[in-house]
Amino acid sequence: MKKRVVITGLGVVAPNGVGVPDFTKSLKEGKSGITCHDNLKDFKFSCQIGGVPQISDEKKSQYFTDLQLRGFNSSGILYGCIAGIDAWKDAGFDMDSESQLDYDTGLIFGAATSGVEKFREAIYGVDDGNVRRLGSTVVLQTMASGVSAYLSGMLGLGNQVTTNSSACTTGTEALLMGYERIQNGKTKRMLVGSCSDHGPYIWGGFDAMRVMTYKHNESPEEGSRPMSATASGFVPGSGAGAVLLESLESALKRGAKIYAEVLGGEVNSGGQRQGGTLTAPNAEAVQRCIRKAIENSGITSNDIEVINGHLTATSKDSLEIENWSKALGRKGTDFPYINSTKSMIGHCLAASGSIECVASIIQLKNQFVAPNINCEDLHSEIEALVDSNKIPTEKTDFNFDIIAKASFGFGDVNACVIFKKFNY
Amino acid sequence: MTNDELITKLKTIIEPYIQDEVAFKTLSEDTDFINDLKVNSANLVDIILDIEDEFNIRLENEDMEKMLDVKAAMLIINTKLKA
Repeated sequence: MKKRVVITGLGVVAPNGVGVPDFTKSLKEGKSGITCHDNLKDFKFSCQIGGVPQISDEKKSQYFTDLQLRGFNSSGILYGCIAGIDAWKDAGFDMDSESQLDYDTGLIFGAATSGVEKFREAIYGVDDGNVRRLGSTVVLQTMASGVSAYLSGMLGLGNQVTTNSSACTTGTEALLMGYERIQNGKTKRMLVGSCSDHGPYIWGGFDAMRVMTYKHNESPEEGSRPMSATASGFVPGSGAGAVLLESLESALKRGAKIYAEVLGGEVNSGGQRQGGTLTAPNAEAVQRCIRKAIENSGITSNDIEVINGHLTATSKDSLEIENWSKALGRKGTDFPYINSTKSMIGHCLAASGSIECVASIIQLKNQFVAPNINCEDLHSEIEALVDSNKIPTEKTDFNFDIIAKASFGFGDVNACVIFKKFNY
Repeated sequence: MTNDELITKLKTIIEPYIQDEVAFKTLSEDTDFINDLKVNSANLVDIILDIEDEFNIRLENEDMEKMLDVKAAMLIINTKLKA
């Protein structure tokens, strides 16, 4: 029989809050973490706003040794390690460099690219004929699995340690991969999550695609407007989210605090067919992903009470709502509550799935639906499908058992996970 | 530069990379970077770069291969400084 899997630790490094207490407070208050960035202006970006978590040097020193910080220039690894260590400690474990190797815990920490600033340094060094002076950490900081390499060593994890990469689906996919590994009895615990660098070199490609908003350079906090009639592209973000997954039996045996249960989920691809492309989703595959996630969780679509959408604030938001509506067979006042964490933190790209999974679990545990900020002017196509009361613009206290979280990514890839309030 | 002065400079360079405080405190010409100071072998490259910067010299791959203990480091640095 498959193992039940629960969540026993959370960690988050988000533009509007670092650490679960601060992030929870921001979710409740609808606090934006989007600010102006002069370097984007200097580089002539169309979009000059973004979401960057605030990490002091003092905070860095609490997680990294001075030696690790020498020549360190990878914001994604920084965020990932902080979130991962926080989740680990939240679950009741210590960080001790002399600890015994733990064969019962693995790590799947995703990334899209790693250490892009460090990579830039290295490219300049190589081009200057100075490869001999790059130092010893370029590979470690720029390999895709850099975050997993750093983090697993800090914690001494001995089960599978790897990095997944599936664009903006990455974090949600990592969670489901870890879930399956525990479910199948391969390990007791999996630390899962994802991270994304910040800055012009990671965001530039998106600016070039004209998919980021250029209309809010003077009003950053109003820039990220998922589901709004005046949504004009996403706002780039960065950070990391981490979740410690554990078999129910292991969690009970340890007497661990349990945030929620992972009921199930689904990962699939639209194969860039039937309207799907490298950048646009195949709607049929999205709907199938949601339906399969529900089926795999042993519930029905009517059991979904809250949805944390992907909802980036591009023209695809209406299509996403239509996909949810069709997949669930629900609309109007019968539609579940839905929100987009991106309204507060922007689109944290590879980190979005994990940060938003953490946001979903926090809302479930604390029984509230976070507000959709910047959505006072709901898009008419969305309002035609969903009653506006189901898209709250204020924090809504709500007793509920089940939340669905989905993430979709470039390459036409989809992931949907179902979390349930834990009942023994 | 006297040998003592050179060792003092080397100690400052090496300190961030050592993982054995006791061996570092009693550092002598016979101290081995990896076996005694427990420097991660990957960090030897960084020590070489820091030495280059401090003494304004250039160390070749052959120098690096030989530079496994304090004595060898001093010999190579002194040779380069006289060149």
